[in-house]
Amino acid sequence: MTHLAVPKTYKLYIGGKFPRSESGRVYEVTTAKGEFLANAAKASRKDARDAVSAARAAVSGWSGATGYNRGQVLYRVAELLEGRRAQFVDELTKVDGLTAAAADKQVDAAIDAWVWYAGWADKYAQVAGNGNPVAGPFFNISVPEPTGVVAVVAPKEQGLFGLVSVIAPVLVSGNTVVVVASETSPLSAISLSEVLATSDVPGGVVNVLTGSAAELAPWLADHSDVNAVDLSGAGDLDWSDLQVKAAQTLKRVREPETGEVERSVERVTFFTETKTVWHTKALI
Amino acid sequence: MSTQAASRPRSPSTGASRGVHGVSDNQVLLAPAERAIQMIGGDLTEKALRRHLEGLPGVDAVGLEARAASLATRSIKTTSKQWALDAIIRMIDLTTLEGADTPGKVESLCAKALTPDPADLTTPRVAAVCVYGDMVPHAVEALGEDSGINVAAVATAFPSGRSSRTIKLADTRDAVAAGASEIDMVIDRGAFLAGHYGLVFDEIVAVKEACMRPDGSYAHLKVILETGELNTYDNVRRASWLAILAGADFIKTSTGKVSPAATLPVTLLMLQVVRDWHTLTGERIGVKPAGGIRASKDAIRYLVTVAETVGEEWLQPDLFRFGASSLLNDVLMQRQKMNTGRYSGPDYVTVD
Repeated sequence: MTHLAVPKTYKLYIGGKFPRSESGRVYEVTTAKGEFLANAAKASRKDARDAVSAARAAVSGWSGATGYNRGQVLYRVAELLEGRRAQFVDELTKVDGLTAAAADKQVDAAIDAWVWYAGWADKYAQVAGNGNPVAGPFFNISVPEPTGVVAVVAPKEQGLFGLVSVIAPVLVSGNTVVVVASETSPLSAISLSEVLATSDVPGGVVNVLTGSAAELAPWLADHSDVNAVDLSGAGDLDWSDLQVKAAQTLKRVREPETGEVERSVERVTFFTETKTVWHTKALI
Repeated sequence: MSTQAASRPRSPSTGASRGVHGVSDNQVLLAPAERAIQMIGGDLTEKALRRHLEGLPGVDAVGLEARAASLATRSIKTTSKQWALDAIIRMIDLTTLEGADTPGKVESLCAKALTPDPADLTTPRVAAVCVYGDMVPHAVEALGEDSGINVAAVATAFPSGRSSRTIKLADTRDAVAAGASEIDMVIDRGAFLAGHYGLVFDEIVAVKEACMRPDGSYAHLKVILETGELNTYDNVRRASWLAILAGADFIKTSTGKVSPAATLPVTLLMLQVVRDWHTLTGERIGVKPAGGIRASKDAIRYLVTVAETVGEEWLQPDLFRFGASSLLNDVLMQRQKMNTGRYSGPDYVTVD
């Protein structure tokens, strides 16, 4: 029997489900040489809105989990990434035109980064928090708390590693994410969402939109229910305009990066708010 | 109609020989409600009412649901949507019906009814606030005079309706005396399902009487059918018809305490009854879907259904209402989106 090739239709990942774009649009994903590879959904502003609602609904559960628990859940994602290594390598070689060795190296880097960030989940608060000296009989304690819903524009290069480097640090503290995947290299993002869907990460914690960042980013930067925007991959866009939009609803804005995204605890603490509490010292 | 009724098989519970009021049943005279006498005839008995209700043609469930689904696909464009959002706000009965309702909570609900969006004072006010009977004085006081907002009270042992007639009537009188201008009563679903239509009918007529104020005017009566408990579309059609015959000013789908609450097909069916009644008598009856309508998108589908079934004339607070609490916030967020161009969030509306 001859085998009939079954080309895959790539969809969005919103609220733990895989819907098509509300607009019904798709765009062609090609290989590095320009050959047709697959159709991916081209998200519209309404998909972005739905993703934000899903992300908002997931905030209380994800941020309410203990840091230790979030660390375990994220670590398990790394385990699943390892299990799907071949698929990621295959996609990177096809879409980005990498050699097998280079693709393998990128998958390694992505998994390493994920594990590294997972470890911070129950530790970053000890580093970023503080007991403050005050002139009075009080304990004065500052602790970082997640800011809420973070919209992320993923780097255009390095489909898998770039994506992991921007979403993992945001998740560590308990934020939920709406990420616009690289337009030219979206397959890794969609495969990652399949990993997330079968992991213990609750639906809505990560929402993946594929399509045009230039089209989607303004709506996300404008959205009143988004708390912060990470423009790491928005260097090619008119990102000063995005900053202006974000300022109208007082969002945190992380400016575009040049070059490879380095892992750092600062990426984790950037998307947190500091809560300071005063507590009377006991008389005994 | 009558031939259909005669040929329809009857279940034992609705059988002709079972007495409802104890004695020989079918000849029992019902309360002489004006509409029923005109529609059914002067000799208003339990039997005549049953023949009339069971003679109503059956509902084509598949057709009804397909019609509702097709109406739900209508695309509403910007200017119409703008109009629809304001129309929805004007038709909302802003509701709080919790065991934990406090005077303070009712007051904050009333404040929201008066000024739905403090950031945009062009936002219209809602039609009414809907509260439990004992909260009516607080609502009346909080709204003040000339607010243009009615106070609606749920009565007759809401939501189950399981208590004696005396208590139900006292409940209603108390609410009217406290200043409620609309009464939302529940029908006795147990009696309806047991086939005791006369009992249900008499109760509505009695409650309608209890809605009379000392000056002879009447508080508006909305009759809640609780369609989620009526099981079939045929029953919904009969109950709607029965409520109208007994004198309802509005027919309302649900209490909001039973799932499913309001659905589009059920509301469509009730609108069809209202349309038929208007064709027959020229009288306009209101419809109020309540419970489970949370998104502006859903509410707009209801507006489309109203306009396509009974006509745009019904798109006004006197003839169509939404019983809702969280719907208002969603409509306000959509309104803000239309005015500012950016998606709004729950941080920008008041949380009740």
